[in-house]
Amino acid sequence: MELQTLTYLVVGATFALYIGIALVSKAKSTGEFYVAGKHVHPVANGMATAADWMSAASFSGMAGLIAFLGYDGSVFLMGWTGGFVLLALLLAPYLRKYGKFTVPEFIGDRYVSQTARVVAVVCLIVISFTYIAGQMRGVGIVFSRFLNVDIATGLGIGMTLVFFYAVVGGMKGITYTQVAQYCVLIFGYTVPAVFIALQVTGNPIPQLAFGGNLIEGGGHLLASLDGVVTDLGFAAYTAGTKSRIDVFFITLALMAGTAGLPHVIVRFFTVPRVRDARISAGWALLFIALLYTVAPAVAALARWNLTETIQVGPVGAADGNLAYADRPDWFDRWERTGLLGFDDKNGDGRIQYYNDANPEFAARAEEFGWQGNELRVDPDIIVLANPEIAGLPNWVIALVAAGAIAAALSTAAGLLLVISAAVSHDLLKGVLARQISDKHELMAGRISAAVAVLLAGYLGYNPPGFVTEVVALAFGLAASSLFPAIFLGIFTFRVNKYGAIAGMLTGLTFTVGYMIYFKGVFIAPMAENIPANWLFGISPEGIGAFAAMLNFAVALGVSSMTRPPPAEARALVERIRIPAG
Amino acid sequence: MSAKSRSYWHDNLRLVGVCLAIWFTVSFGFGILLVDQLNRIQIGGFQLGFWFAQQGSIYAFVALIFFYAWRANRLDREHGVDED
Repeated sequence: MELQTLTYLVVGATFALYIGIALVSKAKSTGEFYVAGKHVHPVANGMATAADWMSAASFSGMAGLIAFLGYDGSVFLMGWTGGFVLLALLLAPYLRKYGKFTVPEFIGDRYVSQTARVVAVVCLIVISFTYIAGQMRGVGIVFSRFLNVDIATGLGIGMTLVFFYAVVGGMKGITYTQVAQYCVLIFGYTVPAVFIALQVTGNPIPQLAFGGNLIEGGGHLLASLDGVVTDLGFAAYTAGTKSRIDVFFITLALMAGTAGLPHVIVRFFTVPRVRDARISAGWALLFIALLYTVAPAVAALARWNLTETIQVGPVGAADGNLAYADRPDWFDRWERTGLLGFDDKNGDGRIQYYNDANPEFAARAEEFGWQGNELRVDPDIIVLANPEIAGLPNWVIALVAAGAIAAALSTAAGLLLVISAAVSHDLLKGVLARQISDKHELMAGRISAAVAVLLAGYLGYNPPGFVTEVVALAFGLAASSLFPAIFLGIFTFRVNKYGAIAGMLTGLTFTVGYMIYFKGVFIAPMAENIPANWLFGISPEGIGAFAAMLNFAVALGVSSMTRPPPAEARALVERIRIPAG
Repeated sequence: MSAKSRSYWHDNLRLVGVCLAIWFTVSFGFGILLVDQLNRIQIGGFQLGFWFAQQGSIYAFVALIFFYAWRANRLDREHGVDED
């Protein structure tokens, strides 16, 4: 069957499934709308958390980034999984015992302060909106490439779907659609990976193929990959180029950021008991690990396939590079999306792909008659184009499209829900209109979810130029603002509202300030974004970890100089530390 | 805080501390700080440090959370603070 028809069929079938699930699990009360009535089975919650957490960035972006970063890409693998250890050990069981609906609500109750609650709401909204813009862009790319509709139509379809099951179903609805979405996305991710692993190494298990031997030539995949990329002037795949301290801080920022993301935390409010929250985090990470251990294998295999496609003969030989006229079909299709680009700088009609930023190799390349790297590959297309590069059947390509859409939609829905809960529950019910009835609060929750969908759609259609930067910022923000405030709220009695508020504001402003200083969000950067200029050699991506340490220091320092928190704060801490009662 | 709660919390902190030490060792230790040393050891097609950074740490994290959940549930029962 033709790819277009097949993709419509597969994607259409998954959409019908999501809508069906939303219809049978409509939320009838605020408890069901915010936390699915706390009836979710821990394994189901683990699966929903995995889909909630794994976004367009994990599905379509990460393996592509790792393919070009090599060892340096490990920061995403360790950072985005190690965060679940922090979540399971330090936050989830205690927040489940606390037993209310939202993260800002916990901060407000623990620090006995409406101001702290409002500061937490601000952090939450900034974090969640930056995230959602990235999801909507992912939906747009998939729709425009695979479904051949323009981005606006694609976004419209995506928004209608999310609107339908997030606004109608609430947390209860999105939980079960996320379970279905997990199944679709993991299938769409692993099936092509198995095919490619089999083609390149003869071993169907990607995690083993990663350390296996090549069918052609017989050497180890990784050793051979190190060889071909260094021959083209790139850093060895298994070595990377980032400094040790930067890798350390980026990993730490992604871990603490993961643990502090409100849309992930709130999933652990939906299970019946404390011990379900503990085990559920294990299930969530197991389901996530199924994708996260395959991703680096896909990355190495894709980098190998791509290099071999372009560099068909010895480096420097006259016919060593692929002639543009002989380019495969997928090259054309992705070139049309603008995510792949060829610029014949030396006019020889062949594609030279090498590292022209490496002065030593650039000098050699000049001797070959090369005049600069001619291929531009957006990392976002690696996973999406992988099945086409490997020449896999059309149904696999259709599956990947459905999987990518599932990954983006499930995360978008989770984010919309925490935004609407923060507005209707924390701002409206908590601060502005405390007398509001349950029924009206539910209506307000639905209205704010609807407004958030529209805003997210707008951000997806007009993505701010700094989306990638801001997504990295979202982790830094969560790590430096919410994570320390929640952690200290559970593990200390002494930290009071002054300490918590001062700490959150310090972490937030320091991270934002550092980011603007080097990346220039809204304004021109004030200093060149290079290691020599960074504080202790920490890049803006890793600064959230440093800012989190500042947050801890400020919160503890300010608290020790101001009066201890009231007795009710102490009682709350004692209650959440003990599972019974 | 009652004596019972205090001793429960003390044991709980010790469990969390041990788990976090393992968490740190497999990722920041083996995958980042000691990566060059471990990369001299080759297992199959993998250099060991690289394997920890891109595979081993993730397996260890999964095992660690299940281990923690099992021990924490047992701790609840031993101290009589479990939910049922």
